Amino acid sequence: MAITRADVEKVSLLARLQLTGPELETMTSELAQIVTYVDQLGEVDTEGVEPMAHAVEVSNVFAADEVQPSLPREQALANAPRRNERGYLVPPVLGG
Amino acid sequence: MSLTELSASEALELFVKGEVTSAALTRACLDRIESHDEQVGAFLRVDAEAALARAADIDAQRLAGKPLGRLAGLPVAVKDVLCDRQTRTTCASRMLENFRPPYDSTVVANLKAAGAVLIGRTNMDEFAMGGSTENSAFQLTRNPWDLQRAPGGSSGGAAACVAARMAPLSIGTDTGGSIRQPAGLCGVVGLKPTYGRVSRFGLVAFASSLDQIGPLATNTKDVALLLEAIAGHDPRDATSLNVPVPNYSESIHRPLTGLRLGIVREHFGAGLNEEVEQAVRNALRVYESLGAEVKEISLPHSKYAVATYYVIAPSEASSNLARYDGVHYGHRADQAEVLAELAAEQEQLEATGDQRTLENLDTSLVRMYRRSRAEGFGPEVKRRIMLGAYALSAGYYDAYYLKALKVRRLIRQDFDAAFEQVDLVVGPVTSEPAFKLGEMTDDPLAMYLIDLYTVSANLAGIPGISLPCGFTQSGLPVGLQLQAPPLAEETLLRGAHMYEQATDWHTHKPPALL
Amino acid sequence: MPQPYTTIIGLEVHVQLATASKLFCRCSTQFGAAPNTQTCPVCIGLPGSLPVMNRRAFELSLQTAVALNCNIPEFTKWDRKQYFYPDLPKGYQISQFDLPMSADGYLEISDSEDRFETKQIRILRAHLEEDAGKSVHDEVAGKADSEIDLNRTGTPLLEIVSEPDMRSALEARTYLQELKLLLTYIGVSDCNMQEGSLRVDANVNLHLEKDNQRIATPIVEIKNMNSFRAVEHAIDYEVLRQYRVWQKTGNRLGDSPKQTRGWDDVAGKTLGQRSKEESSDYRYFPDPDLVPVITPAKRVEEVRASLGELPAVLRTRLTDEHSLSEYDADVLVNQGRPVLDFFLQVAESSSNYKGACNWVTQEVLRVLKEQEKTIDQLPLTAENLAGLMAAIETGILPKARGKDAFDLMQADGINATEAIHKLGIEQVDQSQLETLCQELLDANPQIVADLQEGRQQAVGALIGQAKKRNPNIDPGLFRKICLELVSRT
Repeated sequence: MAITRADVEKVSLLARLQLTGPELETMTSELAQIVTYVDQLGEVDTEGVEPMAHAVEVSNVFAADEVQPSLPREQALANAPRRNERGYLVPPVLGG
Repeated sequence: MSLTELSASEALELFVKGEVTSAALTRACLDRIESHDEQVGAFLRVDAEAALARAADIDAQRLAGKPLGRLAGLPVAVKDVLCDRQTRTTCASRMLENFRPPYDSTVVANLKAAGAVLIGRTNMDEFAMGGSTENSAFQLTRNPWDLQRAPGGSSGGAAACVAARMAPLSIGTDTGGSIRQPAGLCGVVGLKPTYGRVSRFGLVAFASSLDQIGPLATNTKDVALLLEAIAGHDPRDATSLNVPVPNYSESIHRPLTGLRLGIVREHFGAGLNEEVEQAVRNALRVYESLGAEVKEISLPHSKYAVATYYVIAPSEASSNLARYDGVHYGHRADQAEVLAELAAEQEQLEATGDQRTLENLDTSLVRMYRRSRAEGFGPEVKRRIMLGAYALSAGYYDAYYLKALKVRRLIRQDFDAAFEQVDLVVGPVTSEPAFKLGEMTDDPLAMYLIDLYTVSANLAGIPGISLPCGFTQSGLPVGLQLQAPPLAEETLLRGAHMYEQATDWHTHKPPALL
Repeated sequence: MPQPYTTIIGLEVHVQLATASKLFCRCSTQFGAAPNTQTCPVCIGLPGSLPVMNRRAFELSLQTAVALNCNIPEFTKWDRKQYFYPDLPKGYQISQFDLPMSADGYLEISDSEDRFETKQIRILRAHLEEDAGKSVHDEVAGKADSEIDLNRTGTPLLEIVSEPDMRSALEARTYLQELKLLLTYIGVSDCNMQEGSLRVDANVNLHLEKDNQRIATPIVEIKNMNSFRAVEHAIDYEVLRQYRVWQKTGNRLGDSPKQTRGWDDVAGKTLGQRSKEESSDYRYFPDPDLVPVITPAKRVEEVRASLGELPAVLRTRLTDEHSLSEYDADVLVNQGRPVLDFFLQVAESSSNYKGACNWVTQEVLRVLKEQEKTIDQLPLTAENLAGLMAAIETGILPKARGKDAFDLMQADGINATEAIHKLGIEQVDQSQLETLCQELLDANPQIVADLQEGRQQAVGALIGQAKKRNPNIDPGLFRKICLELVSRT
């Protein structure tokens, strides 16, 4: 499956990356090359093979429902790029 | 003899006996860092004052007769990818340049509890993505054996600082070979544990189902010691294994009798550097002289390992790095610039009457995300995020991600079958010795292919170790890789140690930095 | 006149589970805390943080799914649903995609006023996921910032998706009421829409016939309804709106993308929400940080056994085994478990379900309402109420005085005997009654004459007089004695 510039533009929005014109060009050709390489996976017969999403075969790991102290607000917000006393600030979520 | 020439185990013994102080050990490392790291660039940050204060504390503890941890007084360097509340955790990225976590990763907490002196934060490829440490946003790290060459990656700084004797122990991470490959290229020992052996809580995630934290040192005994200190179950990591930690530093001394070593037929073809192959085959002869049997095995799906890895890892990475959006932490683009950019675009689109694009123009929030991430991430990180997002996107998920997960199982099954015939799989860790800085940076795919021998262990979740087994004519280290079944780190370490005892590669030091 | 269309409604309900801590971390889930005071590295999504599943959250989900008659597959896992939003700090929500923890259940709804026939609303699936945070938008349009509060991120949510089986706004409201009753019965959530522990999205469209073909209009998703009443009104409004749109445009399902509209309670209408062209490709994949959960059939059975009687079963038992009317059974069950348990205790102690029902639905509920109390705040115990009923039954307490005794008992928390004593009620025996009766008959010859002529209602005045003399008399018995005495003369 050949990856096109339009594909890359669409994915860049999905991934919230901004690519300049030249970057789009480079990214398209690099991704195309890599995708061509990984396409060889199509050769492998995987009929009846279960996907392996985890490297360990563990199940049913839980934590007890016990409240533990949260971070004090100052610490929680300490790395915020923009904040006020109460919370994180971002450009308006609707419209704008 | 300088204190920095002591192995960690030797230093620990002297410290416990009171014959050397942690302050002296720490001072010696700091001096060496000061005199040599300008050339090598292994460290991103060193806080000498804090390290010496900590060393003094440990010394006081020893004098007061208080119980000492298993790493008491030993300087340890940590790859800048593990959260430590006492310092920034940058992952060598502009995105996290000023990030200070409000918590310690489990491994860092374990190191502190074991009495280690955390001496500095080592350089790496940004977000652990790379094989040369050239993807660091901040500085280059040079291979101590040849300063024009790369130390490997992504744990290049961790490997280089140990090779250069700036610290006896370091902690790296390995997702596709990022401990083993730089260890091999820098002539030190590096181990990737079984997936789940070491807690990932507080490890800034790259590819969650592949990442593991592991030890680096100049010799196998030190690696065993460090592994003991960081391994174990952690209830805060659901993927961590609830199994006891063996006494690696004790069992390591028992050589393996009747050891069956497997060499992978598919790994010894064209493309393997002659000198590397020679050094590996010499190592096999040493094993044979120690009573081991060497047989040829096949890992039929190994040729697909890199492709499988380069679908799974970027897919998981694209998801793990979505949190870097400039909202709650990390780099955020300048708001005025974002608005100005949008205003200019809007004007232009209105002028050309392009209604459609105008309607779909980013909101200021979306543009803030896009610019923050574009500014915060380097090219390799962007490439992998794009690749991953593509592989997971609608219409491609089955053909790429799901398919890769299936081939992954086949790769694991290949190992399961192999381990019924052999105890350890042995072979080269890289197909070439250290390459020149800048040599691979234009060819992302070529860089990916360096991971050829190492990715399978991550995909299968099995442990692997790299240790020095020789040098090229030009004095570059060659690494030997051993791989073992899940949770067989003891076998791995015993197998590595017996070879090390019969050779002296591990005693060589980089001539350029004497 | 039959409607020219059929209304098709499906409801998606998000229920906040009543755990003390969050789904993947140990921060408190308490409502109303100051912003950003209930967060930690895990729910903030700080680099390096990892989720671990809250056992109780899974158990509550399992209980709910079993109570909803769902099929519980042995294997379930969690997936990442990826999108960017400031209240979603990880850039993905941990949810369940293709292998949810339960599917294919149902909830039966019925109407005591028979406005629709009893039916089962099928439940497509119920799955466990984490909640996002909150953004507060400054009212100054466009210019100001949005403020983000992450207290709510990571709260456990059970998403319950129905099939589009409801056919009217009333059915939808009934479904919600029944669901809330069930969930509060088993104690998995307090289902409080005002506090956000229950949220509803409605999917509505119409089926019409045109030229002998069955046509469907585009589906509209309605959000932002803050009460069951609002859900009912929103659907009613939307249905009419869709019909008008259909008549104007003839748009069918598939002609346009699914629309989202928000309910404006003040204006009483649904308003279109701006939706972008941008694809909502969530790129689901299994979360590598979480391991699957295996639930063997045996465990499902254990859960089923532990649930106790659910509202539907309780209603049936009351009507079928104890002959209560459907209406009464509804009233009792709908009061919720605490009142119902109280009622059952009274009924079992007194062996009189009907009697207990009357006392509870009339007197007890009245008192609770007047005093704005909950049943556990009422000083009257079930045992004592049963005692009151017994006292009346045996005649120790005249029926007419029953309410007086009740009022004393519920105010002071005393038992029937004590109340009777306090009221000065004494047993009036037969001979006393006869004496009194004879006395009054003697004093009222006119009434005697009326009675002899067959005008039995005249005895009423005598009863009045008798009561004045002795408030403890049983009027019915007194009447009988009088008539008997008169008939003898």
